[in-house]
Amino acid sequence: MPDPLVESPPTLPGEPVRRPVTPTPVLRFGSAWDYAPAPESVKVAIAERYGHFIGGRFVEPKGASVGSRESKEARIRDGARRGGGPRHFATVNPATEAVLSEVAQGSDADVDAAVRAAREALPKWAALPGVERAKYIFRIARRIQERARELAVLETMDGGKPIRESRDVDVPLAAAQFFYYAGWADKLAFAFPGARAPRPVGVCGQIIPWNFPLLMAAWKLAPALACGNTCVLKPAETTPLTALRLAEILREIDLPPGVVNIVTGDGRTGAAIAAHPGIDKIAFTGSTEVGKKIAMAVAGRESPPRLTLELGGKSPNIIFEDASIDQAVEGIIAGIYFNQGHVCCAGSRLFVQESVLDEVIAKLRVRLATLRVGDPLDKNTDVGAINSRAQLGTIERYLAAGEKEGAELHRVNGHPLPAKGYWCRPCFFTGVQPSHVVAREEIFGPVLAVMSFRTPEEAITRANNTPYGLAAGVWTDKGSKIFEIARHLKAGVVWLNTYNRFDPASPFGGFKESGFGREGGMQGLRAYVNL
Amino acid sequence: MPERLDIAKTYKLFINGAFPRSESGRTMPVELGGSVAHVSRASRKDLRDAVEAARAALSKWSSATAYNRGQVLYRMAEMMEGKKRELAEAIGETTKRARDKATKASTKGARPRGNRGAGGGVAEVEAAIDRLVCFAGWADKYAQVLGCNNPVAGPYYNFTVPEPTGVVGVIAPNDSPLLGLVSLAAPALCAGNCVVALASEANPIPGAILGEVAATSDVPAGALNLLTGMHEELIPQFASHREIGAIHAAGLTPEHERRVREGVADNLKRVALHPRADFDGDRWRGPWIIEPLVEMKTIWHPSGA
Repeated sequence: MPDPLVESPPTLPGEPVRRPVTPTPVLRFGSAWDYAPAPESVKVAIAERYGHFIGGRFVEPKGASVGSRESKEARIRDGARRGGGPRHFATVNPATEAVLSEVAQGSDADVDAAVRAAREALPKWAALPGVERAKYIFRIARRIQERARELAVLETMDGGKPIRESRDVDVPLAAAQFFYYAGWADKLAFAFPGARAPRPVGVCGQIIPWNFPLLMAAWKLAPALACGNTCVLKPAETTPLTALRLAEILREIDLPPGVVNIVTGDGRTGAAIAAHPGIDKIAFTGSTEVGKKIAMAVAGRESPPRLTLELGGKSPNIIFEDASIDQAVEGIIAGIYFNQGHVCCAGSRLFVQESVLDEVIAKLRVRLATLRVGDPLDKNTDVGAINSRAQLGTIERYLAAGEKEGAELHRVNGHPLPAKGYWCRPCFFTGVQPSHVVAREEIFGPVLAVMSFRTPEEAITRANNTPYGLAAGVWTDKGSKIFEIARHLKAGVVWLNTYNRFDPASPFGGFKESGFGREGGMQGLRAYVNL
Repeated sequence: MPERLDIAKTYKLFINGAFPRSESGRTMPVELGGSVAHVSRASRKDLRDAVEAARAALSKWSSATAYNRGQVLYRMAEMMEGKKRELAEAIGETTKRARDKATKASTKGARPRGNRGAGGGVAEVEAAIDRLVCFAGWADKYAQVLGCNNPVAGPYYNFTVPEPTGVVGVIAPNDSPLLGLVSLAAPALCAGNCVVALASEANPIPGAILGEVAATSDVPAGALNLLTGMHEELIPQFASHREIGAIHAAGLTPEHERRVREGVADNLKRVALHPRADFDGDRWRGPWIIEPLVEMKTIWHPSGA
């Protein structure tokens, strides 16, 4: 019963009260406060050409059909032709479009040689006392730390990500990944209560993406090696250089030949790994489409390999009205614009409670305008280059599709862009309907879809309304509410009042069509042992 | 002519807490105690109905307290104890034939124990009851064994908890019609998954009776659904159904294994396939049987003032 003595203001049913927006102060300094360029000074030696790393040394690729009969003259001709002969292809710096090097296109024969080397190395590696395996892996971690600057610069040159991120995130986390799993190598018997001594699975085929090239190599190799497996790793077509530098490190630390083999190439090389009968386990990180193809390809095999898939996402980031809005805006930025949005767990669907929608959008516009887009090697850069011309084309198609479907595109960032390279200024859509393609499909770029909700129930329903389930973010200062929402979100990683945090001790991986298996933490061992 | 005519039971499906006949109206004959019993032969539509019921029951069953789920499973064990004779007869009479058939059909895996007659039926029922008691106890413990706190390098409170995958499709092996079924379904149920189970084709009667056990055990309607029918007809439907999140099966033929694995490509369902087994041994009582049927969720929260 309403209290007759208290007069309540008339409200329309279902019409929430919108919090008035106090204008966000915008400081205008003109060009007086522009940062001076701060380019990274480390120069990195890059070979003109790389082969595969098989059996502990770099080897020339074997052509699929031409084989070793190719004349010396022809080989020289290929080498002279920038852009690659049939057995090599160019890898470019997406910020300058300059060719950095040429890498080998892995053929079936190359993959086969790598699998043989891994198979040959397996018995001795698996039989090593855990503590000895651990010591090799600890050495890898140490050597990555020692060569961190070089690796960070190389990562940025090959992939286009800001040096600040490769220096502070990718490379330190890669070292930490090896350090963490090194310590498990002699403790596997304690990781699986009640199980008999865990045994390695065998030869692991590992196919990794271009968004975190060195870090993904570490995520794959470290737990596999700790558990006594041997590996055939294929880095992404556009970002092979840090994996090849890692191969040099593996040689430096005297890792036994064949324990890790690295074969470069495009999707065809990945398909050759997925189809190779000598591989006992396949780990793939990449698109859901390719993940499903791999699952289908191995289903009919006589004894199918173990499979773990870390696939796409369209992760929700949910802002409640009782959140700390300024912190939440920073979380939105970190969620979607980190690494140009080339992040499988990117918070690409933003759900804002209706009462604070205007405020959040206003603050987001102001913050977005301050992001510095450009030279990834500049230490002040926030958003670097799009990884490849092809990916830039994909992003631009999504931007066009979003506008065509009626969403409003906010392109408020006006930072000057370099003349060459692949660039996309960070941006976001408002007026997005759940049916819009920009709200459903993974764009893998600095593009955010903003939507609103009224009740927590609605937020949960809409957040879960996707075939994906990789990650989610929730922002509210109400403790009991935040854990209740977290419980209902169908996602493998839930960031509460934070976003895009990673740690080797913290498992990562998806629900539903974002894949299966976890990487990181104690749970990350499971895929690499037989119990 | 007997002095008193026995009343033969019609074995029906168990969907959403009720006992419908197959919507197709089909039955299949199963020899029981010298006469022929008729068991419902489920259709694709029955499977879809069962999955729909399981999905609808998910929020209730998965958000029940672990203590409550444990008590419900324990109640099932109690009710099964009361139906021990009926179950043992159903197993003993028909399982030898199923085992012979399975031994011929299957070329890999452990050789199952031979015919145990009516006595063997009792042994299998008792083992199944004990299996239920085991997983009743796991309901409020598995998360403590499979989950953990993660010491991340930073000011964050970080922990990993297992959560149910959703609807789990269970396919019972031909040669272990009760213990096999219970051993595959109980780990899924204890973790809060809802189950759509396909009973042994060679001897579906123990599976049909398990529905009667569940119906009288406080299992929420839809949390456990039991179908009887032809594996050849239904396994591809299990594999391709997009609302089934995981498949838990044992003793499938190589062809059926392939069909199930191809289903991964439909919606990336989780697949846990065991070779032909006798369902004895520690691994069938441990947490690693539950692990493929749960999803690990890792939660981060900053800690600080």
